Amino acid sequence: MLMSIDSISKSYNAFPNPPAKVLHDVTLNVDTGEAIGLVGESGSGKSTIAKCMLALIKPEEGAITYDGIDVIHAKGEDLRRFRREVQMVFQDPYGSLNPRMTVEELIGEGLLIHKLEPTAAARRARVAEMMEMVGLNPNDMDRYTRSFSGGQRQRIAIARALVIRPRILVCDEPVAALDVSVQAQVINLLQDMQKKLNLAIVFVAHDLAVVRHLCEKIVVLHKGKVVEQGTREQIFDNPQMPYTQALLAAVPVPDPVVGRARRAARRLETAN
Amino acid sequence: MRTVHPMPDQSTVTPLRPPLVTVDKLTVDMPLGRSGSSVRIVDGVDFSIGVGERVALVGESGSGKSLTARALMRLDRLAKLSGRVDFDGTDLLKLSDRDMGKLRGSSIAMVFQDPMSFLDPLMTIGDQVAETLRIRGIGKAEARKRALAVLDELGVDRAAERLDAYPHEFSGGMRQRVVLAMALVGEPRLLIADEPTTALDVRVQDQVLDLLDDVSTRRGLAVLFITHDLGVVAGFAERVMVMYSGRIVEDGEVASVFAKPSHPYTQGLIKAVPRIDQDLNTLYAIPGAPPPPLARPSGCPFHPRCDQRFERCDKDLPSLLPVGLSRVACHLLDGHQHDGKGA
Repeated sequence: MLMSIDSISKSYNAFPNPPAKVLHDVTLNVDTGEAIGLVGESGSGKSTIAKCMLALIKPEEGAITYDGIDVIHAKGEDLRRFRREVQMVFQDPYGSLNPRMTVEELIGEGLLIHKLEPTAAARRARVAEMMEMVGLNPNDMDRYTRSFSGGQRQRIAIARALVIRPRILVCDEPVAALDVSVQAQVINLLQDMQKKLNLAIVFVAHDLAVVRHLCEKIVVLHKGKVVEQGTREQIFDNPQMPYTQALLAAVPVPDPVVGRARRAARRLETAN
Repeated sequence: MRTVHPMPDQSTVTPLRPPLVTVDKLTVDMPLGRSGSSVRIVDGVDFSIGVGERVALVGESGSGKSLTARALMRLDRLAKLSGRVDFDGTDLLKLSDRDMGKLRGSSIAMVFQDPMSFLDPLMTIGDQVAETLRIRGIGKAEARKRALAVLDELGVDRAAERLDAYPHEFSGGMRQRVVLAMALVGEPRLLIADEPTTALDVRVQDQVLDLLDDVSTRRGLAVLFITHDLGVVAGFAERVMVMYSGRIVEDGEVASVFAKPSHPYTQGLIKAVPRIDQDLNTLYAIPGAPPPPLARPSGCPFHPRCDQRFERCDKDLPSLLPVGLSRVACHLLDGHQHDGKGA
């Protein structure tokens, strides 16, 4: 087990109201090389869990352990190693990349911070290698992000996260802001990277069809609680909890015959 | 019964019902800053919508789908429109601003993506829904009564009590119902819905779609539904028009377009969407990205991304021509090339 999250709870300050509890006793594990999907509606706490996994915020109760490191109390070398080995990709590739940095600076920044490549030439070579790996042209290294499309920017963000060879990549809605025809490229890239680098991916998404495609393990969240977790087959083919069943039934299918039949069946069920 | 209406162009798919709106060679030019130059976002689209018909307009960002729909209501003051938009016998592009204003809300109404930014936080729900009627000189009591009736119709619980509530007291799904009520209270014949469910959670989206479905059937209301979600199209619309780079590339009945898409872009889009009811090893991905309006490629705008292109594709712009019951803009389907290729 690479990371374990053990019954964490988290509240946000809602002054003058009492603090709003957004996570209740959440427990889940991430194993090496597996893709795990956190799904739920808005307000379910899926992004809050992702932020806890990245130690961007700290839960009040419970424990998070990453490869022997107590994440909530980590300091010094432990914290540095954690920050290097657990990386993130955000939803909005327009807001998450500094427009005043070149692609080389953006992708190479992690190498500088963690002092991984001693010379500028070595860093540049590593950036070029990463660009190639994510399907970008290394000749574009000196350009700024404004001349890249959304899909290409998300490739830059992925290269920037992977350049320092993390073991977990936390992605919060990484394709939600992309056009339909470009989404598939980025999903395929993440899948490819997971296999090639034996990378664990934590995929936070509201799009259940994308999660089914990418993740072997699924955690269903509702109002800050884990409703159900299991393998892809367990959750999608044989969901146990009524909430999971309702959530899955509401996903539109891009097929008029299947889609209409599903909707008709669902309406009949709600009518009864 | 099908009534005979003058059709401006034989290449338009004749809806099974008498046309309510007929759009002919519509172009939309948007100014570029204060430079005086402009960019053509919508590049000559023709289509019609039948009375009570539910049509989906699908496209990616920058394809011109929103501006096409907004042009029907002349919402963008800075946009330069040309062509014809015939609504029940009147060319909307020739109307005075005053007459156009009268049509908005009473003949054509629109709902938008984000219900929170559309609602006035300082005005009660009842007043906002009734506003359309009040502007038309309908008395306060009557307008309130009709607002209540529409909210009831749209399944807002305890609507009578909640007329005096403010938007912040409503959930996302309820707000979208209020926005719908605002659009429907004037009893329009065409509702333009611009990504009305994109900001909603799936279960709420599902409810709103059911609602739209019911209202459209009950009232004989035509709906132009703008979306990028093919799942929503498949479940809701009768006909789908696919836009790419400012033009319609395919237009046909939903069942036949999904079963056998003709344009390579439509084929790619359908294959690129992961499905909740299927497992696939690798998703099909269309290479590249949609072109920005200022850098459209020559010939067919899709040719740089197309896996079926041939010599003609980077030279001639294909026109939207009838193929069976659909219309398709692709050289593969021209004349002798036509072999009915599908996905």
